[in-house]
Amino acid sequence: MITQSSITMRDAFIQSVYTRMATDDRIFFLCADFGSPKLDDLRRDYKDRFINVGIAEQNLINVSTGLALEGFTVYAYAIASFITMRAYEQIRVNLSLLGQLKPLNINLVGVGAGVSYDVSGPSHHCLEDLAIMRLLPNMEVFSPADWCMSEVLADYSAREAKPKYFRLDGKPLPPIYDTIPNIDVGQGFAVLVQPSDICLIGTGYMTHQALKIANRLAAIGKQVGVIDVFRLKPFNASTFVQSISCCQRIVTLEEGFIGNGGLDCVVSGALAEQGLKPEMIRIGFKDKFCFQIGNREQLHELAGMGEGAILKAILVSKA
Amino acid sequence: MCNITSSLVELQAKADWVRRETLLIHKKAPETRIASSLSCVEIFTVLFYGGIIRCRPDDPSWEDRDRLIISKGHGSVCFYPILADLGYFTRSELDRVCMPGSFLGGIPDPIIPGFETVNGSLGHGLGVGCGVALGLKAKHKKNKVFVLMGDGELYEGAVWEAIMFAGEHSLGNLTLIIDDNKICLLDFCEKIINLNPLDNKFSAFRWKVASVDGHDISRLCQVLEERKNDSGDMPNVIIANTIKGKGVPRLEGDPLNHIKTLSPEEIDQLIQKMS
Repeated sequence: MITQSSITMRDAFIQSVYTRMATDDRIFFLCADFGSPKLDDLRRDYKDRFINVGIAEQNLINVSTGLALEGFTVYAYAIASFITMRAYEQIRVNLSLLGQLKPLNINLVGVGAGVSYDVSGPSHHCLEDLAIMRLLPNMEVFSPADWCMSEVLADYSAREAKPKYFRLDGKPLPPIYDTIPNIDVGQGFAVLVQPSDICLIGTGYMTHQALKIANRLAAIGKQVGVIDVFRLKPFNASTFVQSISCCQRIVTLEEGFIGNGGLDCVVSGALAEQGLKPEMIRIGFKDKFCFQIGNREQLHELAGMGEGAILKAILVSKA
Repeated sequence: MCNITSSLVELQAKADWVRRETLLIHKKAPETRIASSLSCVEIFTVLFYGGIIRCRPDDPSWEDRDRLIISKGHGSVCFYPILADLGYFTRSELDRVCMPGSFLGGIPDPIIPGFETVNGSLGHGLGVGCGVALGLKAKHKKNKVFVLMGDGELYEGAVWEAIMFAGEHSLGNLTLIIDDNKICLLDFCEKIINLNPLDNKFSAFRWKVASVDGHDISRLCQVLEERKNDSGDMPNVIIANTIKGKGVPRLEGDPLNHIKTLSPEEIDQLIQKMS
């Protein structure tokens, strides 16, 4: 277990893979010219099983597929928006389609969730990935909120021979799961604050925002629940809905386009499936790219999803 | 183990049989891309009857098999009769191509024993083949990897990513065979974007290049045998000069032959002449 209080998800993930590579010579780590401090150790110590394919995400996926067909556990590492969208068809054909017929342990590790690459602009913002990756059959989709969860997921990734996508944040975030023992990856979500009549449901960075907002509401005497969804596919709809069955109002928070297949649709789909109809407030980006320059907080403000706007949406809601 | 070596006369007879069988499949399944499948008949024949590919029809996933990645999926229906003949599945399956319940579709998928990958979308095979070749090297296996690709696939950018990769990573266990039939779906390749000279492009990326008449059984045997026994560390490419629609005068030279189908009567006449 890594002990630093605020390290990046990618370093935690790569450290876990690095440790495993010492005892498992069937692991390859490939990247599309993309790094991290921990990756420097990995590429120094495992030169024969680390490959930088160059700025070539399509080939990254195809070469990973060939290695996985030969029984290797493969990590394909790149910027999130590029690995998911530049190489989407390679992922569809070689992971999703072929993965239905053959065991393929290919782990797509994308860094730069949402607007974590804030000032790099919309080419580097990644607001579509959860929806489009979730669309693919035979693909598991993860969106951790901190490095502790990222580490847990890295361990899971080695064990399950399936195609998977891990959406990691570009920035270090404070830990949430450091005090939570026995994280159940199979459940796919964690109740961080017990739901009342209102529950905030976040994923990734927005789970931190949900916790902040819950604290601010608690300060004015309003108790709300907080749930972190760290696995969007497969999604355990019935268990999830049970945990929010007491809620009259559900607020989903994501750094993604809302109403288009991301977290909000996962949640609304699960609720509909179970016949529940609470009021839903969807917080996220509204069908527009963000060309303005600013830090993450400012971009959220510009998109109408800053803390104040979220609080207002919750407090003036019709329910 | 299937590692048949036949005389050139026998191989030619086998190729003729494969061509006839492919036409007969097309007669029942006009959805199949006949012109594309006819240009690589001799290539498949030599690979499987000329002692090139090591395989076990009763165990398609045999660890010590040579890997054949068929990138030009649509144009590999001529592989169906070979697979049936070798015993991958019963010959009666050939009568059911594209029929409900059959596993033999218009474009082959890896639900068919003997097909390793999903091949319907073009330009993926070489990159996947690079990964397989890398994996075999890492396992210290001597098996070879063959990738069959159409020349039209060279328009896909991912193919060039893989060409660069194979040369850089010294994938000497990888042999790419380009079925250079010179016609895409809508036109002659040279009228779309002229790919020539192709050999220089591969040489520049550190590949060993051979050009061969892709319908000349003797030359195909020779060059594939050489490549199979090559223990060097450069990837090999064999540019097989072929004719799309080979054996069907109406198709040969027609830039739109990719989407042409033949009538049952036409096929009967062709087979009569061939016999």
